[in-house]
Amino acid sequence: MPSPDFETIFQDKIDQEIKIEPKDWMPENYRRTNTRQISQHAHSEVVGMLPEGNWISRAPSLKRKAILLAKVQDEGGHGLYLYSAAETLGMSREEMINDLHSGKAKYSSIFNYPTLTWADIGAIGWLVDGAAIMNQVMLTRTSYGPYARAMVRICKEESFHQRQGFEALLVLSRGSAAQKEMCQDAINRWWWPALMMFGPRDTESTNSDQSMKWKIKRKSNDELRQNFVDMIAEQIKTLGMKLPDPELKWNEARKHYDFGAINWDEFWQVVKGNGPCNKQRLDARRKAWEEGEWVREAAIAHAGKRAERAGRS
Amino acid sequence: MSSIINYTLHLADNALILGQRNSEWCGHGPVLEQDIAITNISLDLIGQARSFYQYAAALIGDGATEDSLAYLRTEREFNNCLLVEQPNGDWAQTLLRQFFFSSYQFYLYRYLLNHPDTRIAAIAEKSLKEVSYHLRWSSEWVIRLGDGTDESHRRLKAALDELWSYTGELFLPAGYEKDLGIDVASLEVDWSKKVKDIFDEANLAVPGNVFMQTGGKSGMHSEHLGHLLTELQYMQRTFPGCEW
Repeated sequence: MPSPDFETIFQDKIDQEIKIEPKDWMPENYRRTNTRQISQHAHSEVVGMLPEGNWISRAPSLKRKAILLAKVQDEGGHGLYLYSAAETLGMSREEMINDLHSGKAKYSSIFNYPTLTWADIGAIGWLVDGAAIMNQVMLTRTSYGPYARAMVRICKEESFHQRQGFEALLVLSRGSAAQKEMCQDAINRWWWPALMMFGPRDTESTNSDQSMKWKIKRKSNDELRQNFVDMIAEQIKTLGMKLPDPELKWNEARKHYDFGAINWDEFWQVVKGNGPCNKQRLDARRKAWEEGEWVREAAIAHAGKRAERAGRS
Repeated sequence: MSSIINYTLHLADNALILGQRNSEWCGHGPVLEQDIAITNISLDLIGQARSFYQYAAALIGDGATEDSLAYLRTEREFNNCLLVEQPNGDWAQTLLRQFFFSSYQFYLYRYLLNHPDTRIAAIAEKSLKEVSYHLRWSSEWVIRLGDGTDESHRRLKAALDELWSYTGELFLPAGYEKDLGIDVASLEVDWSKKVKDIFDEANLAVPGNVFMQTGGKSGMHSEHLGHLLTELQYMQRTFPGCEW
């Protein structure tokens, strides 16, 4: 009898929509790709706490402060589930964090843009979380079980955040001239970076084919980006604001919105570390980690002493 | 303003200012689980502040709202105790501040359950569950840091030197407390016992006779409060009269 071909069994499972679980055999590259993607996703949640955290102390009302705190706290929670999901693939949280701090691991480039006004908080909720949801809804059906399950929970909270972001902008859009201006300015600044969140064009995306075959991804970057544009182009009508793209236009033949060219030079510059806040974001994460070291050591030392005392008595 | 209004504002201000301070940790905590925990406490405190401000606004009438009370009063009009406005410092200072305040708030809210003003009693009852958790969490951290490493012990001791002189004010009644017959002095026995118990486990000595700073409860603050309010009130001051 021929020995079973692990790779064939693995691909059969994927084709039959059976989830891959931590103890199942998987190709090394499947493990690596998932580890990279899930840890990158976890890092994005944690780094993403910083631009929004920038407005917690200055939130314009107590209700908005509470909503923002709860939102940023949810993101920390998402970071936790995702680190746990990635750990099932055999990498420790500490290793992942070290890779983030050394620059080896990436996080979503969108968080390298600054939050300059209060309206940015609304725009992040509406556009950035909106773009993230497109990707995340797809990921609830991704082939790796722990990742798919983490995404189900995360998606529920993210859609809530998106509605809150939109609602915050809606209030601005109906407010004073200064509030309307703030609202439009934030949309102008976040629109193009939000479109870049879906990653390079399909013709230039290096990891896509294998990821589609393994059902890590189920829709291409360009497909997701188009869905997002179609959704936002409609929603912005309620706000009475404009998207900063003169080429944005409904195309009846395609049944989609056409939109202008993305500045990919900017995208690659930010990926390479040259965005307006790349340095500040990583510095803030490293500082928190380094300044927390004595706290983590104390917790471990105390737990050890307590265990020892319990053992003696 | 009547004593009940001043007192309600005092309770609200305590919660708001400490909530604001704790929120500075959000995204910067020593480990993700604790970042989430301190943010959660901040959120609870801001929720409590909102309940008290809403009640104070109803008592004041005349268009007052929770936001006008939080965002449009000046340093000298804030009635919070000095302890809550002290800077975060390191994790030891933040945790010890939380422990001192949560243990005070725990005995205070328990005492207020029987207060004749039913709205205050109801907010105290609703908040007591949250505060019980804050107290447990901060007690555990005081023990962990006191008992952990030489460095954590040294830092906790430094935090104690920094904060102890702001604890006396908690038990000295302000005018509005006297008027309302709120006997804060009576809470000191339980509070001191709690501190002693936790300090024993943390290998920390309760300081002897230290001069106690006072004034916050009647609007005489440290220099820190003005800066905190500048940031907190920035939007409402810059764009007056807007809805957000």
